[in-house]
Amino acid sequence: MIKAMLVINNQGKSRLAKFYNYTPVEQQQQLIRSIYSVLCLQPENVSNFIEGGLLLGPDSRLVYKLFATLYFVFVFDNSENELAMFDLIQVYVEILEKCFSNVCELDIVLNYGKMHTILDEMIVGGQVVETNSDIVMKAVEEISKLETTTAAAKLLSKSTSLLWG
Amino acid sequence: MSGGGGGPSLMDSLFQRTLDDLIKGIRIHTPGAAQSSFISKSLDEIRREIKSTDLQTKSTALQKLTYLHSLHGIDMSWAAFHAVELTSSPSFIHKKTAYLAASLSFRPQTDVLLLLTNQLRKDLSSANQHEVSLALECLSVICTPHFARDLTPDIFTLLASTKNFIRKKSIACLLMVFTQYPDAVRVCFKRLVENLEASTETLAATVGVFCELACKEPRSYLPLAPEFYRILVDSRNNWVLIKVLKIFAKLAKLEPRLAKKVVEPICDHMKRSEAKSLVFECVRTIVSSFYEYEFAVKLAVAKIREFLLDTDLNLKYLGLQGLLLVAPNHSWAVLENKEVVIKSLSDVDRNIKLEALRLVMSMVSDDNVVEICRVLIGYSLKSDPEFCNEILMSMLSTCSRNVYEIIVDFDWYVSLLGEMARIPHCQNGEEIEYQLIDIGMRVKDVRPELVRVGRDLLIDPALLGNPFIHRILSAAAWVSGEYVRFSRNPFEIMEALLQPRTNLLPPSIRAVYIHSAYKVLSFCLHSFLLPNRTANFLSEFVDMEPDFTYSESERELPETSGLSETNADNAKNSSSSLKKDTFTRESVVNVLTLILTSLSPLAGSHDVELQERVRNLLGLAQLAQQEISYHDDHKEKMVDRDDLKTSIIIRLINDALSEDFGPVSLSAQERVPVPDGLVLEENLSKLDIICADVQLPISKSFSLVVRPSFLQTDGDSVSSRQNEEESETSAAESTSLLSEHRKRHGLFYLPSDNNQNTSTGFPPANDPNKKDNDVEDLVKLTEESLALKRKSNLARPRPVVVKLDEGERHPITVKKTQSNDDLISGAVRDVLLGNEASSQSNQSSGRRRGKTLSKVDQGSESKDNMENFEIGNSSKRRSKHRIHGKDKKHPSPGNNVEGRDENGEINKKKSGSRHGRHKARQRADGGINVVVQKPVIPDFLL
Repeated sequence: MIKAMLVINNQGKSRLAKFYNYTPVEQQQQLIRSIYSVLCLQPENVSNFIEGGLLLGPDSRLVYKLFATLYFVFVFDNSENELAMFDLIQVYVEILEKCFSNVCELDIVLNYGKMHTILDEMIVGGQVVETNSDIVMKAVEEISKLETTTAAAKLLSKSTSLLWG
Repeated sequence: MSGGGGGPSLMDSLFQRTLDDLIKGIRIHTPGAAQSSFISKSLDEIRREIKSTDLQTKSTALQKLTYLHSLHGIDMSWAAFHAVELTSSPSFIHKKTAYLAASLSFRPQTDVLLLLTNQLRKDLSSANQHEVSLALECLSVICTPHFARDLTPDIFTLLASTKNFIRKKSIACLLMVFTQYPDAVRVCFKRLVENLEASTETLAATVGVFCELACKEPRSYLPLAPEFYRILVDSRNNWVLIKVLKIFAKLAKLEPRLAKKVVEPICDHMKRSEAKSLVFECVRTIVSSFYEYEFAVKLAVAKIREFLLDTDLNLKYLGLQGLLLVAPNHSWAVLENKEVVIKSLSDVDRNIKLEALRLVMSMVSDDNVVEICRVLIGYSLKSDPEFCNEILMSMLSTCSRNVYEIIVDFDWYVSLLGEMARIPHCQNGEEIEYQLIDIGMRVKDVRPELVRVGRDLLIDPALLGNPFIHRILSAAAWVSGEYVRFSRNPFEIMEALLQPRTNLLPPSIRAVYIHSAYKVLSFCLHSFLLPNRTANFLSEFVDMEPDFTYSESERELPETSGLSETNADNAKNSSSSLKKDTFTRESVVNVLTLILTSLSPLAGSHDVELQERVRNLLGLAQLAQQEISYHDDHKEKMVDRDDLKTSIIIRLINDALSEDFGPVSLSAQERVPVPDGLVLEENLSKLDIICADVQLPISKSFSLVVRPSFLQTDGDSVSSRQNEEESETSAAESTSLLSEHRKRHGLFYLPSDNNQNTSTGFPPANDPNKKDNDVEDLVKLTEESLALKRKSNLARPRPVVVKLDEGERHPITVKKTQSNDDLISGAVRDVLLGNEASSQSNQSSGRRRGKTLSKVDQGSESKDNMENFEIGNSSKRRSKHRIHGKDKKHPSPGNNVEGRDENGEINKKKSGSRHGRHKARQRADGGINVVVQKPVIPDFLL
C-alpha cells in the first residue's frame, strides 16, 4: 500500500503531508526532515527511487519527482509498482495543473485544502481508487461547488444575524 | 457573547484571520524566532476562536490549526473535541474541515474518538455522496477496532451502492476495517468478491485490497484464482493488471498448477503492452514466480535488456533489479548482460551502482571469486569513499558467508584482506579485524600466510596514521604474536610492534601490541635458550594434526613460491637451521635492549591495561637480560641454559601460550543438558542482590572458567586470553573465591560432577583439560561435513575450516504469535470454502469474538442483525450469479470442454461459498470442497 504522500519544497519546508498509517506528528516531522536530507543531496539526472533501508524501514521505498521547486514524494511498500507510483505523481501534478492552470508553489501553499481534496479522490486508505484525471476533476469541482454554496449561505445568515442580532 | 468567560468576542469572529491570512503571515515572517512567535500568537487566537459558538469561526480556527499541525508539527490533540463537534455541522465545508482535522490528527488513543461513531454512521448513510466519501476517507485512516465493529454493517451496505464513486471508496476503506476487526470479513467478504466482477471503475480498488490481503497470507485466496484469471485476460487497465500480477506471483508459489495457465497471458501482456510499469511487473512476476518456463524467462530477459539499454535511468535501475531476481535461477541472463552490469559499477547514479554491485556479488562462486574480487578492488579504488566501502563490505560479507564457504585458497583471501586494509577509504576495519582473527583460529593451514600479511601491515609506519585501520592493525598484531612460530624473522616483528609511531594507537590496541610483543619475546627466548625443546614443540604441533594431509601438488606449491616456512611441515624442517642462524646472542640481547629502552617510559602510563602489560613485558625482559649478561660475564657454556631461572619461567610461559584456541560454537552452552531439578524459569531477581554483593569475584571467576567463550572480534577475546597467564598467578585466589561463592549460592550452580559424567556426544563448552581431544573431535566433525559437500572435481583440496555449528543454525526461532492476519485469513477461508477445513481458525476467531462481545453487549445484537442480513442477501445473489455464470461461456480461450468445466466449477464453488448452511449437502453429493488443510483449486487450472 501507499504509506505516505509528501510535497516538500527545495528548502525542506513541507507543503503537504498525508500519512496512511497512523504516525505521530513528531515522527512525521522527523521523517520529512530525513527524507528531505536525502533528496536534497540527490544529484540531477539520477533515478528517482530511494531504497527505504534505515530511513523508512525494510520493504519500503520512495519515489520522488522534482517539479520546479517542489519534490513530490510517494512512500510505498512492495505491493505497489515503482513505475506506477511514478505515473501517479504525474497524474497528481496534471490535475493540479488543470485546477490552477500554470501551477506554481504559491498556488499549492495557498490551497492547502484543495490539495487534500484532490489526493483524497485518488487515494483512500493507501489504495489507489482513481487515476483518471477527468473523473477526479469532476469530483473536485463538485466538492468546490458544495463548499462555496454552503459558505455563501453561511455568510448570508451571518450577516443577517449581525443585522438583527 | 463577549461576556462568555474568555470566549471570542464579536470582533474576533468578524475580523478573524482566515487560513490564507495565516499562511501569508507565516510567509512574511522570516523562519526562526519571528516565525515561531507569530505561530504561537496565532495559536493563542485559535484557542480563543475555536471555543466560539459560531460554527464558521470555529471551522476557520480548526482549519488553521490543522494546517499548523500537519505542516508545522503543532500539537492539536487538545482540539479533538472541537473537531468531533464540527463534524455534525449541516454545512458541507465545516464537515469537510472537521473530517480533515480528524483524519490528520486523531490517534487511536484519542479519548473523544468514540463520540464520532454516531456521526460517522450518519454520514455513511447520507444521501450526499461527498459526505459519505468524507466519512469513508476519515475512517480509512483513523479506524479502530471499535469503529470497525460498530460500522461494519454500514460499510456492508455501501459495498453494494449503485454509485461507483462510493463503492470504490468503501472497498478501499475495507482493508483497514478488516485489519482492525477480522470478523468483519465474515460479513463483507462476499460483497468484496462480487466487486471483482463488477464495473471496471471499482476494480482497481478491489484488486488493490485483494493484493494487500494476499500479501499477508496468500493461501486463503487460492479459490479465487479463476476470478483473477478472468481479470488478467479481460482487463485492459494497467493498474488493475499490475495488482493482479502481484496476486498471482503470490498464489503461484502455493499452487504450481496455476503457472501453466497463467504464463501465456502474462507473456501476452509483456509483448503487447506499451506501459513500462506493466511490462516491468510482468517481468518481475515471471522471473520471481514462473522461472521454470524457459520461453517466458527468455522473453522477460529480453525485456530486461531493453530496460538496461534505455537512456532513462529509472528503467535501467529497475532492469538491474529484474536481473537480480533472475540471477539465482538463470545465471546465463546475467552473463549475457555482463558488460552492462560491470559498466554500471561506475555509473553516476548511486542506486544503479549499488544494484550492479549486488548483481556482481550474486554471481560469485568458488570458481570466480578470485577474479571478481580483483575487478572489484579495482573499482573500489576508483570510487567515492561511500561506494568504496559499500564494495568492500559486500566482498567481505559474501566471502565470509557460511564460514567462508566459497573460499578455496585461503592464502589468497588473507592477502586480499591485507590489500583491503591498505585501500585509503577503507572503513571496514572492524569486519576485517574479525575475519583475520576468525580465519586464524579456524584454518590452521593459512597461519603462515596470515603471519606474513600481518607482518606487512605492522612494519608499514604509514598505516598507523589512519585511525580507520587501527582495528586491523590490532588483529595483525595479535596474529603475529599468537602465530609467531611461523614468522621468518621474529625480531623484525618485535621492532614493528615497538616502533615509535605506535603511540598513535589508542591504548586498548596498544595493549594488544605490547602483549603480542610479550609473546614474541617469550618465543625468542625459548628458541634461544631451549632450542631442542622448540624443535620438539614444532614437531609436536605438526603431529597434533592427524588430518594434516597434503597432496603432492599442495606440498610443492609453497616451496616454489619461495616461502620456506609456508606450511608447518616445512617450518619444522627448516626450524632448526633457521633458529640456529637467527637466535644468536647479540640479536637476543638487542631485542631485550630495544624492549627496555622503548617501553620504560610507558611503565607509568595512566591506562591500567597498558601499564600492566608493559610491566609484564619489562619484568620478563629485565630478568632475561640480567641472567644472559651474567652468564656472559662468567663465560659459561650454554649447556646449562636449561637450569637458568629464565628458562624455567620461559618454559612455563611458553606452555601456557602454546595452548591453541579454537572457535567455540555459538550454541555450545545451549547444548549442555539441563540437569534434573534445575529450575530455569524461576524468577532470578534475588540474583541481583547477590551480584551487587560480590561483583568482583564473579567477573573474575567468569573469565577464568569461560575464557575464550566467544570467538568474536574485539579486544574482548584478545584480552581474555591475555588474562590467561595473569589469571594463572591469581588462579589460586580466584578458585578459592569461586568455591566460596559456590558454597554461598549453590542454588545457581550446575552440580559439577553430574554434569561432567552425563556429557553426551558433543564437546563440553570449554574445558581446558580436554582441549586436545576436543580439537581432534572437531576436526573429525568438520571432515565429515566437508566430505559430504566437497565435490570430487576440486583441483586443490580446501584446507580444513573448523566449523562448529552445523549450518550455523540459529538457536532461537521466534514464532509469530497469532496476529490479525491469521484471523483475517481464517475468516476468509471460512467464507470461501464454507467448511470445517479451517475449523481451528474458526474456533480461534470465535473465541476472539466471544471476548469482544463480552466486553460490549450491544455488539452481539448488531452481529445477529448482520447475519440475518447476510442470509437474506445471499439467496438473491445466488440466483443472480447463476445467470452470470451462463453469460460468460467463453472467457477461457481453451477448448469447449474446459470452458464448460470452468463454468460448472465456478457455479459449484460459488454456491458452496454462498450459503454455508447447505454445505453439508454439498459435500455429500459433490465432495469436492473438503480437502482438509489444502484449499481446492478448480479443475480448470489443471
